[in-house]
Amino acid sequence: MTLPSIKGDAIAAFPAERQKATVVTLPPAVPRRFDIIALATRLAQSIVPPLVVLLVLLAVWQVAFSGPGSSLPPPSEIWNESSDLILDPFFVNGTQDIGLGWRVIVSLERVAIGFGLAAVAGVLLGALVGQSVWMMRGLDPIFQVLRTVPPLAWLPISLAAFMDSRPSAIFVIFITAIWPVIINTAAGVRNIPEDYRNVARVLRLNQVEFFFKIMVPAAAPYIFSGLRIGVGLSWLAIVAAEMLTGGVGIGFFIWDAWNSSRLTDIIVALVYIGLVGFLLDRLVGFVGVIVTRGPAAS
Amino acid sequence: MSGYLKLDYIGKSFSRGGKVSEVLRDIRLTIDEGEFVSIIGHSGCGKSTLLNLVAGLTPVSSGAVLLENREVNAPGPDRAVVFQNHSLLPWLSVYDNVALAVTKVFRGRKSKAERHAWIMENLDLVQMAHAADKRPGEISGGMKQRVGIARALAMEPKILLLDEPFGALDALTRAHLQDQMMEIHARLGNTMIMITHDVDEAVLLSDRIVMMTNGPAATIGEVLTVPLPRPRERLALASDRTYLRCREAVLKFLYERHRFVEAAA
Repeated sequence: MTLPSIKGDAIAAFPAERQKATVVTLPPAVPRRFDIIALATRLAQSIVPPLVVLLVLLAVWQVAFSGPGSSLPPPSEIWNESSDLILDPFFVNGTQDIGLGWRVIVSLERVAIGFGLAAVAGVLLGALVGQSVWMMRGLDPIFQVLRTVPPLAWLPISLAAFMDSRPSAIFVIFITAIWPVIINTAAGVRNIPEDYRNVARVLRLNQVEFFFKIMVPAAAPYIFSGLRIGVGLSWLAIVAAEMLTGGVGIGFFIWDAWNSSRLTDIIVALVYIGLVGFLLDRLVGFVGVIVTRGPAAS
Repeated sequence: MSGYLKLDYIGKSFSRGGKVSEVLRDIRLTIDEGEFVSIIGHSGCGKSTLLNLVAGLTPVSSGAVLLENREVNAPGPDRAVVFQNHSLLPWLSVYDNVALAVTKVFRGRKSKAERHAWIMENLDLVQMAHAADKRPGEISGGMKQRVGIARALAMEPKILLLDEPFGALDALTRAHLQDQMMEIHARLGNTMIMITHDVDEAVLLSDRIVMMTNGPAATIGEVLTVPLPRPRERLALASDRTYLRCREAVLKFLYERHRFVEAAA
């Protein structure tokens, strides 16, 4: 291959040789088929193992508690005695004889009110504590002490204050769920990058604008992890609170069943509570993922 | 018009744990309307502090910043800042980032349609209109910085403050943005102050280069006027005598007379 020589000490750039580009034809894209086998395989991979484990556990339980003197009922007895509760969550046979689905809805309503209030108040208080050094010094120690008080310990006080069981139960939910929301929000607000604050200062955003446009979106991942812990705690508290305050909730149902020695009903109710708690946790987590998609993407 | 922005014997000291450290002392500088001034110096000499003082983000310890003969001591959209790391809000789209500034500054003065047109005009100016709906996480570093410039320009500031705007970018992107910056300056005639540690960038863009001495208690060592006519051509200047002379003057200041010494603290 011969290259043109450089004349004298001049530096010359040589144009690259022109070559005709070869066009490569790609095979036409195969339209995506709805692959039912792959989908079924994936579904089976996530459903089969827990199902197998569940069946094994039920079998062990059945064998262990089938003896004549056993203290707890085996699964077969639960099915015989309480299949109406399992099969139809939404029957109504009278004011106190209703399906567990209805009871769960009543409990969820209380949780919704108590947790909703806790979320709003918690974010506001958390913002205050995160934003101001003085507020943090003043309030943080109090929060740290109060958050360790077990939910039920608040019940007598709230009964005395509200003199009614319904608001008392809601208050117990509120006071249980609020601490993680406050503490996480405050951490999130403290971690807002200085740059975002400077942007707000140059734009002269006022307190309200700063709260909605910078603080809440910037702290959203923290806020949602607080809310997720909070919703779990409030579901823990509602059952305990309802046991003591009565009404038609799922918690009271367990207490009522215990008083009338319906152990099988209690076990069915436990499964309901577990499943609903799981769904609540996933729901808040899911909302969090959708809302915080923006910050996570950068 | 002279004395658009005046820095009048500005000093800044920080005190931490009873110890007072003086960062800047007796800064005196007058900048005319439409002027492009670069501030150059070794790292740690207080360049960024000086910019923050002009922006009002940090209060001065002594002296005063005067804009159109009025003292300014709080941040405001009349002194828009282009931050070193773009500082776009990641949860807002490119459009919404600029819209946040435009809505805040022009609410009551422009109608909704006018504000929309103004946002798009500024995105157009930095050639980012095509990515208006993208999130900052989806665009490159150079593009983010362009959006940051659009956001600052959209505030219609009296003075545009640029804090090492191209420092975090690769050389090619940086050159491209410098050219764009010169175009914008020619078109809008904004007064601009830019912090930089790049000698070529300073000479290429500036009307005057302010050279800072080393800290502590840094001050202005020298001010160099760059007598190059505009518009300036990057390639033509590479062998221009005046350009090379200016470049040499800045280099001599930085590496002969005020060699960077690592602080012993």
